[in-house]
Amino acid sequence: MAMPALIENALANALTLVIDLDPALRDIVVLSLRISLTAVVVASLIALPLGAALALWHFPGRGLIVVALNALMGLPPVVAGLTVYLLLSRAGPFGELGLLFTPAAMVIAQVVLVLPIIAALTRQQIEALWAEYGEQLTSFGHGRLRAIPTLLWDARFGLITVILAGFGRASAEVGAVLIVGGNIDGVTRVMTTAIALETNKGNLALALGLGIVLLTLVALVNAAAYLIGESARRRLG
Amino acid sequence: MNTMATPCHTAPALTLDRVSFTHRGQRLLGEISLRLAGPGKTLVMGPNGAGKSLLLRLCHGLLQPTAGRVHWTTPAPHRPPRQAMVFQRPVLLRRSALANLTYALATIGTPFSQRRRRAWDALERFGLTTIAQRPARVLSGGEQQRLALARAWLLEPQVLFLDEPTSALDPAAIKAVEDAVNEFNHQGIRIVMTSHDLHQARRLADNVVFLSGGQLIEHTPAERFFASPDTRQAQAFIQGELIW
Amino acid sequence: MLRHLFAGTGLLLTLAGSALAQDSAQDQSSSQDSQNERFIILASTTSTEQSGLFDALLPKFKESSGIEVRVVAVGTGQAFELGRRGDADSLLVHDTAGEETFVAEGYASERRDVMYNDFVLIGPADDPAGIRDAGSAQEAFSRIAEAEAPFASRGDDSGTHRAEQRQWQEAGVEASVSWYRELGSGMGPTLNTAAGMNAYVFADRATWIAFDNRQDLELLYAGDEALFNQYGSLLLSEERHPHLKHDLAEQWHEWLLSEEGQQAIADYELKGQQLFFPNAD
Repeated sequence: MAMPALIENALANALTLVIDLDPALRDIVVLSLRISLTAVVVASLIALPLGAALALWHFPGRGLIVVALNALMGLPPVVAGLTVYLLLSRAGPFGELGLLFTPAAMVIAQVVLVLPIIAALTRQQIEALWAEYGEQLTSFGHGRLRAIPTLLWDARFGLITVILAGFGRASAEVGAVLIVGGNIDGVTRVMTTAIALETNKGNLALALGLGIVLLTLVALVNAAAYLIGESARRRLG
Repeated sequence: MNTMATPCHTAPALTLDRVSFTHRGQRLLGEISLRLAGPGKTLVMGPNGAGKSLLLRLCHGLLQPTAGRVHWTTPAPHRPPRQAMVFQRPVLLRRSALANLTYALATIGTPFSQRRRRAWDALERFGLTTIAQRPARVLSGGEQQRLALARAWLLEPQVLFLDEPTSALDPAAIKAVEDAVNEFNHQGIRIVMTSHDLHQARRLADNVVFLSGGQLIEHTPAERFFASPDTRQAQAFIQGELIW
Repeated sequence: MLRHLFAGTGLLLTLAGSALAQDSAQDQSSSQDSQNERFIILASTTSTEQSGLFDALLPKFKESSGIEVRVVAVGTGQAFELGRRGDADSLLVHDTAGEETFVAEGYASERRDVMYNDFVLIGPADDPAGIRDAGSAQEAFSRIAEAEAPFASRGDDSGTHRAEQRQWQEAGVEASVSWYRELGSGMGPTLNTAAGMNAYVFADRATWIAFDNRQDLELLYAGDEALFNQYGSLLLSEERHPHLKHDLAEQWHEWLLSEEGQQAIADYELKGQQLFFPNAD
């Protein structure tokens, strides 16, 4: 298929998929969003306080954790997937839970991928903010623990971008969810694994069409976060 | 400002006992022994790099001395007095002016239901009601510093530290800050303030702590300091000579 | 402070809340499923998945048994690994020798023929090696080697890859990297790559028929009995993996071999062609 014709077909496919509200596509989109959003929320609940703590406390071994987090930001999704697979496999330590090839396993894999990004970038932002706020908050008589919620809240505009970066990685990756989810039709098939499958079938126009739908969704989530952030910024500075 | 919520009857006294501060092997301050008692306004003066801000931070407890001891004598023993500090460049949170004040009230445990009203009182006292809902960080320098003073006032301090609070302000804003400082002191709040501005010091000081090169050169009542200081360095400083 | 936190993260929490609520709902339903043991995990090959066969078979099986079959489509080598680790309840693969070893090692208690199709040789339409009129598969492979025409191999230890390697062996050809490319990919990606570099490629007929991105490629040689591609169903060992859903897996296994299942396989057509030929004994 020639390139212009392919792109034309892909756009037509994307439009048809969206306009027809294809039920299979809708299920895939809903599952993709649910898994990635859940993963980002779970990862944020851990990574935001963790990143803040790493910014505020200097303890032995802290450097090691910081370097490890920075390195894990580049963790290949396939490696994350393989690790989670080995943990959740029946022959692995958590096999009893029976989570392999379920959406929960995919959430776990994405948390592994996203947590280092959010934690490492949060540390940078909070460290910078602490340099500015540190004396004033100490003057208020705050301990560092008490300072964490204040710092996280006041860094919120930057942290939204950090969380969106995590969401981007979660929703874009295919290697990890393919291994731990199994790409089971109707159960663990998400946008990216569906795209990979259609590519493998040589159905490039449909694959690209799904890609356009995915890109549009990610763009919409980003736009929503941007608009909320902007209006809050205007109101609160 | 009409009345303070909690007037102070007995001013706490601050004693520095052979205090020094060393950073990366370099002694930046000390040894300094100093006693600040009575209800007045102390101006910490000296050329750039003399250690004025450092001394203030040691007194307020933001920094711990490398050697020596900083301690308070208060009516309630073993408990440092309530303190607040106003910085050269005010550190305001990324929220509205009003929210910056309610935040400060939360830190001293003011019940939620009273915070808004008391914050509003403070805005009125400092002439800031028109900017209550504006983001604090887009206010002008003068408004920001007045907001920082309002915030300090809400903390009901017995001692207020001010570190070069007017160095970046225009004359009108400087006057507003100085009026507020006098008013604070009139309400019984002990003032410890750094400045490198002799005119400002003459207007405000009851007594002067003069530092140079990290050393305490003299601690003298203001009248004597400006008329005939005890030391040659202070004399040179007043005459506008450069000393290092 | 807390009020602000709640307000500010409102959207995120709402989204997350609904996501989590749905998730736990899903978890509940799937744990109910596992309580009722109403689904099995079937490890199978990409060729069967991508041919669309399961889309035709599974609804029929579910209708007659009430059991949902969740297909994890991987290479045959990985399917064996899933079986060894106890991560799949049943296997449907196409490497008879490997399957027999799997049984001999004690991982499976039974292996049965289910269906077959055949492997085909695909290549550029102008056929530079001239295999179109080859007399046998052996001859076709020899001609490719003589012409040193580009050849794209799966190179992933899959059933198809193993079958391809047997053909080279029988043709007595030592493949050289100058024209022989091991891709280490599934059937679809290998066909995509072969189409991109206009190479010969060994594929299973089902994937080829279902494959859309053919560009200049055509089916050039097929029909030799040596290219027979047998699929087998494996019943996993109860002793090794007592936790698996052996009862349900056995129902699936038996259904595949039953008249109903065999007929369903024969009925499946794609683009007017029958892809799989039932041959349970």
